[in-house]
Amino acid sequence: MTALPEATTKKLGLVIDLDTCVGCHACVIACKGWNTQNYGVPLSDQDPYGQASGTFLNRIHSYQVQPATGAAQTTHFPKSCLHCEDAPCVTVCPTGASYKRAEDGIVLVNEDACMGCGLCAWACPYGAREVDEAAGVMKKCTLCVDRIYNETLPEIDRQPACVRTCPAGARHFGDLGDPDSDVSRLVADRGGLDLMPEQGTKPVNQYLPPRPRDTLDDVPEDVLAPFLAPVDETPQGFLGWLDRALEKL
Amino acid sequence: MQPAPSVIIFSTLSGAGFGLLFFLGLGLPVVTGGIAFGFYLIAYVLAVGGLLASVFHLKNPKNAWLSYSQWRTSWLSREGWAAVLALLVMGVFALFQVFFGVTLAPLGWLGAALSLTTVFTTAMIYTQLRTVPRWNQPATPVVFLTASLAGGALLSNNPMLAVILLILLGAAVLFHWWKGDRRFAEAGSTIGTATQLRGRVSLWEKPHTGENYLTREMVFRVARKHAVKLRVIALVLMTPVPVALILLFGAHHLPVALAVLSYVAGVFAQRWLFFAEAEHVVGLYYGAHTGRQVA
Repeated sequence: MTALPEATTKKLGLVIDLDTCVGCHACVIACKGWNTQNYGVPLSDQDPYGQASGTFLNRIHSYQVQPATGAAQTTHFPKSCLHCEDAPCVTVCPTGASYKRAEDGIVLVNEDACMGCGLCAWACPYGAREVDEAAGVMKKCTLCVDRIYNETLPEIDRQPACVRTCPAGARHFGDLGDPDSDVSRLVADRGGLDLMPEQGTKPVNQYLPPRPRDTLDDVPEDVLAPFLAPVDETPQGFLGWLDRALEKL
Repeated sequence: MQPAPSVIIFSTLSGAGFGLLFFLGLGLPVVTGGIAFGFYLIAYVLAVGGLLASVFHLKNPKNAWLSYSQWRTSWLSREGWAAVLALLVMGVFALFQVFFGVTLAPLGWLGAALSLTTVFTTAMIYTQLRTVPRWNQPATPVVFLTASLAGGALLSNNPMLAVILLILLGAAVLFHWWKGDRRFAEAGSTIGTATQLRGRVSLWEKPHTGENYLTREMVFRVARKHAVKLRVIALVLMTPVPVALILLFGAHHLPVALAVLSYVAGVFAQRWLFFAEAEHVVGLYYGAHTGRQVA
């Protein structure tokens, strides 16, 4: 049944630091690579060298933010499945392909039962689900369920591919249901936020807002100008003669 | 949302077909023999034809049979059950009327109830989606049910009922448009809530240079300059034209046939707008709907 579990033992998810993300898209590539070769059907591309289009489980948007005062800022914004506690994508599924695991809260698709109706993608406010055009089944972030419990991998690799690859340390993986976990403490320290809380989905993944930017209020605006100011308005001696001679030309 | 022809055809035709089954089940009119055969043929062609059309939007139809498993949580699964039960019960009812001239009234009432339930479950598939605020309102099932009943009354030759139901349909659709135009703002989702960034937020760069499944399916935007014209066309074809045809020329074959054609064309236009004008909140991440956003 595609009923949601009443409670999950763990709430595995990601914490994404919007202050740190540099928008390099390495997590997108790592995700596509791992998930094309592992869980489920590959993530296909259509016309990759022409009007390219394809299936991705993780995409990076970039936004311009204009604060009330001061210059505009850019924020890179990685977005993948938020593994919501009240996942609307799960309950709409007519075939039972979509489910949320009671043991760790991961939302998965059983591709052998999916009929590709796309209703779960309609029900998701975050755009986390995409039908693979080649296979005709719904694809979504698995939180790399085939890495995090995989004892054939070195322990350091037992985290989602996007987290493992992020060169900026902007992505963190852990149990958000445990208030003492590293990720929960990070969320508490930095004021982590739910995306679109008004949709009532109770997302597990948390977003850390950009820190306030440094200001230069107590420093003169042009720090080099003083060093370039004219040293002497009325030069004497040789320079005085040169100055007068050049004026006469 | 992308207005997929298969879903528009399905919801219009099967709505009218189940509406006709509703009136036949209630015994309005009680028909037997060859006439009954004609009525049920039309009803089943519309209802089953519509259901078949809806299978074409599945990307993996070989698993469609599994959609009967999740009736406890999924409106789409309930729709499948309601449709099959309605068609089976009405099939037995029709069999007795056509071949034995016997009307099993209670079975007809059950079939009528199941037929309307099917239309209601179809409507609830859209109504339940909080992500599409225009659909997420109580008027959505009212529009689907009145459209089905008005079509059924026309097809079952109940002219006065049809006139009343067509007027109710026009009113329901007008209200749905009026309320629908306000629903996105009422739902409260903005690019600010979507990104949780403080300040005036705008999309600076998309995640990719081309289109993707999400932008094709959910960030589809019609040329809105024609939306008002299409609304007028839909409403005129759906209500004033069929009502005038019946009131002016009475319940004869030709005017009723023309009224049915006008009704179907009007409902097609209304259903096209139902999808094309529906705005999904995921569009906020792609810089859509920012015109109405207050940062």
